[in-house]
Amino acid sequence: MSKLDIKNGLIEMGHGSGGRASATLIEEIFVRHFDNELLNQGNDQALFSIPAGRMVISTDGHVITPLFFPGGDIGSLSIHGTVNDVAMSGATPLYLSASFILEEGFPLADLERIVISMAKASIDAGVPVVTGDTKVVERGKGDGVFITTTGVGIVPDGINISGDLAKPGDAIIVSGSIGDHGIAILSSREGLQFGTTIESDSAALHTLVAEMIAIAPAIRCLRDPTRGGLATTLNELARQSNVGISIQETSIPIKAEVKGACELLGLDPLYIANEGKLVCIVPAEDAGQLLAAMHKHPLGQNAAIIGNVCEDAQQMVVMKTAFGGSRVVDWLAGEQLPRIC
Amino acid sequence: MKFVDEYRDGDVAQLLARLIRQEAKPDRNYRLMEFCGGHTHAIFRFGIVDLMPDNVRFIHGPGCPVCVLPAGRIEAAIKLVEENDVILCTYADLMRVPAGKRDSLQKAKARGGDIRMVYSATDALAIAQANREKQVVFFAIGFETTTPPTAAVLKIANAMQLTNFSVFCNHVETPPAMMHILSAGEAKIDGILGPSHVSTIIGSQAYADCCDKYRVPLVIAGFEPLDVIQSVLMLVRQINAGEASVENQYTRAVSKGGNKKAQSLMAEVFEQRPLFEWRGLGVLPESAVQIRSEFADFDAEKRFGMQAIATADIKGCICPAVLRGMNNPDECKLFGTACTPEDPKGACMVSSEGACAAYYSYGRYRAAESKA
Amino acid sequence: MCLAVPALVVELNGDSAVVDLDGIRKETSTVLLDEIAVGDYVLIHVGFALERIDPVEAAKTLKLFDELKAMDAEA
Repeated sequence: MSKLDIKNGLIEMGHGSGGRASATLIEEIFVRHFDNELLNQGNDQALFSIPAGRMVISTDGHVITPLFFPGGDIGSLSIHGTVNDVAMSGATPLYLSASFILEEGFPLADLERIVISMAKASIDAGVPVVTGDTKVVERGKGDGVFITTTGVGIVPDGINISGDLAKPGDAIIVSGSIGDHGIAILSSREGLQFGTTIESDSAALHTLVAEMIAIAPAIRCLRDPTRGGLATTLNELARQSNVGISIQETSIPIKAEVKGACELLGLDPLYIANEGKLVCIVPAEDAGQLLAAMHKHPLGQNAAIIGNVCEDAQQMVVMKTAFGGSRVVDWLAGEQLPRIC
Repeated sequence: MKFVDEYRDGDVAQLLARLIRQEAKPDRNYRLMEFCGGHTHAIFRFGIVDLMPDNVRFIHGPGCPVCVLPAGRIEAAIKLVEENDVILCTYADLMRVPAGKRDSLQKAKARGGDIRMVYSATDALAIAQANREKQVVFFAIGFETTTPPTAAVLKIANAMQLTNFSVFCNHVETPPAMMHILSAGEAKIDGILGPSHVSTIIGSQAYADCCDKYRVPLVIAGFEPLDVIQSVLMLVRQINAGEASVENQYTRAVSKGGNKKAQSLMAEVFEQRPLFEWRGLGVLPESAVQIRSEFADFDAEKRFGMQAIATADIKGCICPAVLRGMNNPDECKLFGTACTPEDPKGACMVSSEGACAAYYSYGRYRAAESKA
Repeated sequence: MCLAVPALVVELNGDSAVVDLDGIRKETSTVLLDEIAVGDYVLIHVGFALERIDPVEAAKTLKLFDELKAMDAEA
């Protein structure tokens, strides 16, 4: 019989004490759902041998309000986020670790729901959570649950992808419509609620990346435009590579609903977060073939070439507007907040 | 998007711009003040400046509610939240606006002030209903567009006899500010692009006195780029003909008399405030509203005995002159160096509608273009 | 100043309406308007409908733009 009352129980300080309550929580929620050989060994670490190649490691803390949103939750997000950060080096992600900070009083049922979603995302991605940690903080000192995941992966020989490799003339590709995640989150945020069919695009992109590098091993940069959106990612890449970037507004895939929500709230879709999209910079001669390959993958069906890299010592990102003018697409200043004017 | 996309057709813009170039007389200047930040934003966002001949110039006006709110009012709100156990609700636009001493609502929130961003005044009311044990204050800002919603909420609060809700009223009025700029005569203005959404409420007739008294033409212009360009053409034609009347380009939403229901609601809840300080323009008589005595219980200034706080201008910042149409943002010593959207010193750098923020993005691009 | 966007009224409930903006649905107060009907387009500002968009007037402006285009095509 279960020792945890998952249906009605709450996280208590004892669940983080390291004693029997911790062990029960780990067994009945984490081990049960993540269920893999390495984790099941019950050690404080996971031991594995690594294939040849160069290894990458990436870590990402996940804090989000609300915890559950259309198209995902903090659990699936914490898997996709780190798998993607590892994959953006061209790597095959191998293993994940997960650290949970739980707030006293957090419903066990919600925790289980999150862990089930996380386990599903990890199994679907083929990247198991092999080690983890749980701590409990007093009520009022956390926001329900924070999840930090770390991922390791192996980059195949011959692949060299980095944010500082963009060259003038290169093409810039985005893998699909932008702003879906951020708008889905906003639509379910307290005080802002609006109806929409938009769901978070949260997804693991490593299989798309694998197909991309198979077709175009010369890819120079890959990055997922999460916080700060497409605009911020393009500015980061321009700065790292010391180049300018020129994009066309009419080429950027954006759903009508995302545009509508942005008009309503006074936001710019270029700055809205994505969790299942990537930006790729590739030599122009490879762009056509690469785009065709991306279109065959479910996560790249709406991929589009949105512009090109140019020479610019000022490292500016400039957009040709649909209207026919040009405007600078700057770094995000402060937070993107709904405005009235 | 219906009623939006149709007014963003770049081909029509070129045709309208061609007419402007044909009709603008090369031997004279057309200095057009766009009163609203919304127009400033559209002019820059869509690159309308590039379509204009050199002698048609835009002068930026004070029509950004965030930009004209004096730092002292923000300081007063910060003091309120830090000295009383209140929840302060505000439109997000205000969060980063500099108060005195490098402070802002955002910083006060980080220090522990219970400051919440709301999308609508009705959300502030909902917060008051959900937190009956706390006093909830709504930091109301805006021109006549945003005043009726505040009035509506005050009426509801009154009907509900909600004892823990009040409004810190900072609503200002457009025609007095326009009159002030014209009467000061500091900025040479040949024509005015009139407010669009303010005018839906107050109507096009509200500017008749301005035009008559100062012999300046005014065209009420929608915020979409074709609205703006068409309105410029209408202004050029009036100026050429030596006329000075109110014309309405934005007829799809603005009538002569405006929204009477909204007007009567405002009149029921608010009355003229004898004096109000505007950032940049100074203290202007009868240029703002205050809550009527019938609704005094909901007036945060009265309930909490809020006092006016005087703040010194930020050294070197020329926002006041920019707001009066006297200077361009790039003539400020702080512009782009000490004052950026990331670390704004003046209010005009905060709001995306502020002239400085618009210049920061586009001015840099245009400077780079002209170098190349 | 004063961000306001045109949206379609799809549902009326007393003093409020549900408006649609390309698939985005939002509850909006209609207390500032006298008469309002499903199918109207209204300008939305801070959760309030400010004014109805007059389709006849909108069409007039657009017709002017079309005429400009036609004139240009002829020239």
